[in-house]
Amino acid sequence: MPFVPVILATDALLWLLVLALAGYAWSCARRPHVAAPWRRVFSSRAAVGSATVLAAFILVGLADSVHFRRPPSLAAQSLLDVALGHLRARGEKTYSAPLATRLYAKEQIETGDGRTVRDYPRLRFGGAHLVDEADALGDIAWLAFRGLLISAILWTGLFFSAGKLLMRRAPHVPWGAGWAGLAVVLALAGPALSLSQHWHVLGTDKVGNDVLFLALKSIRTSLVIGTLTTIVLLPLGVGLGIAAGYFRGWVDDVIQYVYTTLNSIPGVLLIAAAVLMMQVVIDRNPEWFATAAQRADFRLLVLCAILGLTSWTGLARLLRGEALKLSQLEYIQAAHAFGVPDARILGRHILPNVAHIVIIAMVMDFSALVLAEAVLSYVGVGVDPATTSFGTMINAARLEMGREPVVWWSLAAAFVFLFVLVLAANLFADAVRDGFDPRVRVGGLAAA
Amino acid sequence: MRIALILLAFLPGCGEVWNDPYPASERGGNILYSAFEQRPKHLDPVQSYTSDESRFTRQVYEPPLQYHYLKRPYELVPLTAAEIPRGREIDGGKFTVYEVRIRPGIRYQPHPAFIESNFGLPAEKIRDLESPYELSSGTRELVAEDYVYQVKRLAHPRLHSPVLGLMSEYIVGMREYAKALRSAGARDGWLDLRQYPLEGAEVVNRYTYRITLKGRYPQFVYWLAMPFFSPVPWEAEKFFHQPGMAEKNFTLDWWPVGTGPYMLVENNPNARMVLERNPSFRGEAYPAEGEPEDAAAGLLADAGGTMPFVDRVVFSREKEAVPYWSKFLQGYYDEATIGSDQFDQAVRVSIEGAAEPSAEMLEKGIRLSTLVSASTYYFGFNMKDPLVGGSSERARKLRQAISIAVDVEEYLSIFQNGRGVVAHSPIPPGIFGRREGAEGINPVTHVWRDGRAERRPIEEARGLLAEAGYPGGRDPATGAPLLIHFDTATRGPGDKPRLDWWRKQLARLGIQLEVRDTDWNRFQEKIRKGTQQMYGLGWAADYPDAENFLFLLHGPQARADGAGANSSNYGNPKFDALFERMKSMANSPERQKIIDAMVEIARRDAPWVFGFHPKDFSLRHAWLMNAKPNDMAGNTLKYLRLDVDRREALRHEWNAPVLWPLALVLVALASFGVPALRSYRRRERMAARQG
Amino acid sequence: MLAYVVRRVLYAIPILIGVNLITFALFFVVNTPDDMARMQLGVKRVTPEAIEKWKQERGYDKPLLFASGKEGFSRLTETIFFEKSLKLFAFDFGQAEDRRDIGSEIRARMGPSLALAIPVFIVGILVNITFALLMALFRATALDFWGVVLCVAMMSISTLFYIIGGQYVFAKLWNLVPISGYDGGIDAARFVILPVLIGVVSGMGSGSRWYRTIFLEEMGKDYVRTARAKGLAESAVLFRHVLKNAMIPILTGAVVLIPLLFLGSLLAESFFGIPGLGSYTIDAIQAQDFAVVRSMVFIGSVLYIVGLLLTDLSYTLVDPRIRFDG
Repeated sequence: MPFVPVILATDALLWLLVLALAGYAWSCARRPHVAAPWRRVFSSRAAVGSATVLAAFILVGLADSVHFRRPPSLAAQSLLDVALGHLRARGEKTYSAPLATRLYAKEQIETGDGRTVRDYPRLRFGGAHLVDEADALGDIAWLAFRGLLISAILWTGLFFSAGKLLMRRAPHVPWGAGWAGLAVVLALAGPALSLSQHWHVLGTDKVGNDVLFLALKSIRTSLVIGTLTTIVLLPLGVGLGIAAGYFRGWVDDVIQYVYTTLNSIPGVLLIAAAVLMMQVVIDRNPEWFATAAQRADFRLLVLCAILGLTSWTGLARLLRGEALKLSQLEYIQAAHAFGVPDARILGRHILPNVAHIVIIAMVMDFSALVLAEAVLSYVGVGVDPATTSFGTMINAARLEMGREPVVWWSLAAAFVFLFVLVLAANLFADAVRDGFDPRVRVGGLAAA
Repeated sequence: MRIALILLAFLPGCGEVWNDPYPASERGGNILYSAFEQRPKHLDPVQSYTSDESRFTRQVYEPPLQYHYLKRPYELVPLTAAEIPRGREIDGGKFTVYEVRIRPGIRYQPHPAFIESNFGLPAEKIRDLESPYELSSGTRELVAEDYVYQVKRLAHPRLHSPVLGLMSEYIVGMREYAKALRSAGARDGWLDLRQYPLEGAEVVNRYTYRITLKGRYPQFVYWLAMPFFSPVPWEAEKFFHQPGMAEKNFTLDWWPVGTGPYMLVENNPNARMVLERNPSFRGEAYPAEGEPEDAAAGLLADAGGTMPFVDRVVFSREKEAVPYWSKFLQGYYDEATIGSDQFDQAVRVSIEGAAEPSAEMLEKGIRLSTLVSASTYYFGFNMKDPLVGGSSERARKLRQAISIAVDVEEYLSIFQNGRGVVAHSPIPPGIFGRREGAEGINPVTHVWRDGRAERRPIEEARGLLAEAGYPGGRDPATGAPLLIHFDTATRGPGDKPRLDWWRKQLARLGIQLEVRDTDWNRFQEKIRKGTQQMYGLGWAADYPDAENFLFLLHGPQARADGAGANSSNYGNPKFDALFERMKSMANSPERQKIIDAMVEIARRDAPWVFGFHPKDFSLRHAWLMNAKPNDMAGNTLKYLRLDVDRREALRHEWNAPVLWPLALVLVALASFGVPALRSYRRRERMAARQG
Repeated sequence: MLAYVVRRVLYAIPILIGVNLITFALFFVVNTPDDMARMQLGVKRVTPEAIEKWKQERGYDKPLLFASGKEGFSRLTETIFFEKSLKLFAFDFGQAEDRRDIGSEIRARMGPSLALAIPVFIVGILVNITFALLMALFRATALDFWGVVLCVAMMSISTLFYIIGGQYVFAKLWNLVPISGYDGGIDAARFVILPVLIGVVSGMGSGSRWYRTIFLEEMGKDYVRTARAKGLAESAVLFRHVLKNAMIPILTGAVVLIPLLFLGSLLAESFFGIPGLGSYTIDAIQAQDFAVVRSMVFIGSVLYIVGLLLTDLSYTLVDPRIRFDG
């Protein structure tokens, strides 16, 4: 069956970002003075450990960012969808607890002899391979063990094949932390995947979707919001910030006026207004989008853009101060005197010298943005309702907490995934800041 | 430590129960507690229309008629009227005259507007008022003129009555009256409508007024039971039009003045609305007859007793479902409706499908009432759409196929916990014209088997689809799956499962469903312009008559051509002709026949996937008596009675605070603090030694 | 000094005009007056005439920014923008779309908002300082390390989880406080205590970590070393010198937030049913009540500017070397 690639806007940008990062890493490798701060970053155990965990998240997110479709079907799938096809296809009717064999709600069931009883019906897929439900525990233990075993083999194989090499190439890096991080990730992923062949590891939600699948799908949304937003705000923040600090005079006045004005509007209100406006534009132009997936994706991108547009001010202010300081330096004054054009001074001297602030800001903003998404979704101005995200999961779970017996697994899954992602990002960001410039403090988002 | 101390500091104020959300002074009072989610927008009877609003207005305002509290099907009985008015045709049926006689001796609630000296209040005095009731109050007798005054207010240029359009069709001279008023009077001042006569609404004598309608409109008596036709004293308008009143939110729109059993004494739509017994209420007797089972249910125990029974009703604003439900279980709300998320906890459905409270609820003494509400939810096709609309055989078969494929039974069980009845026609149960059982099913989508309706198998839908020219859901011209758009207005991420479900339904036919989700305004705009393809809407009855449902399919009322309620823009000349006949008939076997024929046409043309008639489930605590759900009568608070002592006892029993976690926090802090302190001492000593 | 304040106040005017233009533009693209009318008039039985009437009455039938048919100055004044936005400068907010007076609504809702926001602010600062001081005191020990880890962990939890979890455990499982609601006077304490607790805890992670850095920076300075060399006990150094000097960045950093306390908390107020300005704003966004949102944005901007001014002034108070001349 033929495959037709489908490139969503956020896919393209995400992969562009990956390319850019690869290019940056390559140039770092060639120029030791640029690589020095990264060397410092990666000599911290916390950084290496959290980077390993982050890498796992990023891998899932990227796998979810390769879309294609199989004609004549119009629906786009991602690599992740294919890899987890068994989870996607196996919907139950409604709630079921993690690793359960039966639904969470009672239903009218017809027994063989034509009577109906009201009981918890067996799941269509969760544990359906068992004839006797009493074997469930043994089956779960065996599947978990099998997963663990595969993980262990994988880990050992990797360790013995690459461990020595890595140690030799980069002896200053505390690889132990990385291997430990990998071990934890594998120890969780292996059994989860193995179990998911026959069970709903994290239960199912209201319409019977596998919660593990939803949580994994949410990762991409978080990554997109956490990274693309910064990309959008970067040109504005860097351009205007440096311009204000370097040119001063009326340019500075105008730029300062713009960002004070933007800053003084309460963040959530500005974002809400902008999101509502974009929604109207989208709704008025349904012909722009062939499919709902494209529309949802565009809406996600627009959300990133709006978050970026409303939060570039912090970066701009930092850079303005830095540029102001730099432009007073003697060698730049001298360059002026020799008639070196402004563009050249900016590109050659100013920009490289504020790069560390930009990097720190990017990394630090990531977690704040991921958390902001959840809050915005609560206010009703977050991602498209059709997009799976931690925000939408939490929002749905809000009502589930009122159920009795409580449906806790959606909330717990969202909590754990979001917590681990943000924690890893925070730890990594700390290490980056310490490695580049411990004195820079980047403010969080107003919405968070 | 600090946390615990703060907690302890506030303990003495709360007595034994810590989580009572009401002030201690209210404890033990004959007070009914309820909640509201949406803040009411209008409490002026000219404008208020939604149930959020009518739960306040209906307790205060008394139209001439009301619905019998206990009897079903719904039956009109006099409220302030002496008897139910009968239409009298004149000029050979060109006009119909209703003469309403009200009973003498009915008095208004105490209100400052009834005292002459309150009309010229100085601005400072108004500014210092917290509530209009701080002024001295008077009362006066209800007269026919007050009713006429309100009918005229429907046409008031600065009020927006949602029924003005409809009433202009019927009440003689209403349209011209509205036009004339627009050029009269100052923009802000009080417009004394008594100066402007309206042809179709006149006072006959002190206790009688007359309303003249064009043609025949037997449903008009139902309108006489709605707040639009309540009395409004002109004094109240004059009083609230004093300069400075509006700035304090003192308007008739927020402070209703009526003759009903309760008066609104506290009005804070953000947090709390309080109704209090109207001291000048005439007293009304609790009904002595009802349905056969009512006596056994204890609903007739108070027969003949003087209503109202409860002194005060406190409504608290509750926006989130979780606190609302929790407070009900804690005993802080006397009754509650059940959302789908609480259903399993609250309700046990027996093998026969009858619902009763779950064991846990029964143990608490909670009782359940269910009621199929007089409303209908439907998923419509836009008949103007080139793909799904139109009267061609192809489109009709496509619509019929989709009607089979959309498994409403599953929808009900997932999203409503079965709190609804699958619709086979627009007419809900309990309304004349509705048919039950085998003869009531929609033969397009269902078959009658083993004594119940069964949805036709999906294969039949596939067959219809193939007959329509889309075998396997594919358009033979392009080979691609048929693409159908479902237009909806979602309120948030919570709606995602519903959209997923929709996609699954049509996927079973091989049709691809794209949800076009938007905000409510945009959704309305699409419907108005007729650019939607499929959509979902609901309709709640104004009055219990088939006309009020079938008009949703009446061709001349198509939404895209005017401002009608026929959002599918369905039009079938036969249906429309029958509608005109049915409309002006009183209920009779002949009318039933016409309704049957209309329903038949609608089923075959399938402009809607008939959805469901929702079932309201409400729970009430053991201490609340005389509760019986009634979809039509809004003025139900006066019937309710409370056993206050029992409530006090049970609240205490249920809300004992759990204290061990607090103790645990203290222990944890101590176990953390002591070693910390010790190590701190050690460092201190070391620092000193080094220094 | 006075001249400086006056200049800053004058500088605020163009900013506020800019704010108004932005909100105006955003909201009128979202909501044409027709949309607003429909939103307010409800769903059942709405006629086009009713919508025209509604618009006319509320002045939405005028041109948006420029009245070409009018003469002279009224070309600008006979517009929606002038009537709806510029009146705000006189703090004349007009009526919400449901005809309630916005000014009196805001006054009524300020109390509950402050009853929640002020304790969160003050208790929050106190708790954070205490926690940060502890970590600074035990710097470079296991206590400090795990303290920082705890802070980072607490920062990584979404506010939503704190609220949902706290409400579930304290109010629903343990019956310790009313689950939602509000009451005036002393009774407010019972309703506010849980949201305050949650507010403080959710802010603890980032707050204490930040203050810890400030303390550590301060402790690295020369005068501290001198004090230690004099033989002062560690606690004396910490409380007498470090705390005093570190309070300058802490307090000046906090001052900018004080005016914004009036805006209330969007999330906590909605979850706990506190009728403050935060839930007012959320309601208004959800109901797309343009008049209210515009007023709240305006007030928010004014408060923000006041906050900046207060920050500058507080610098002069704590550091007499800074002067604002001319």
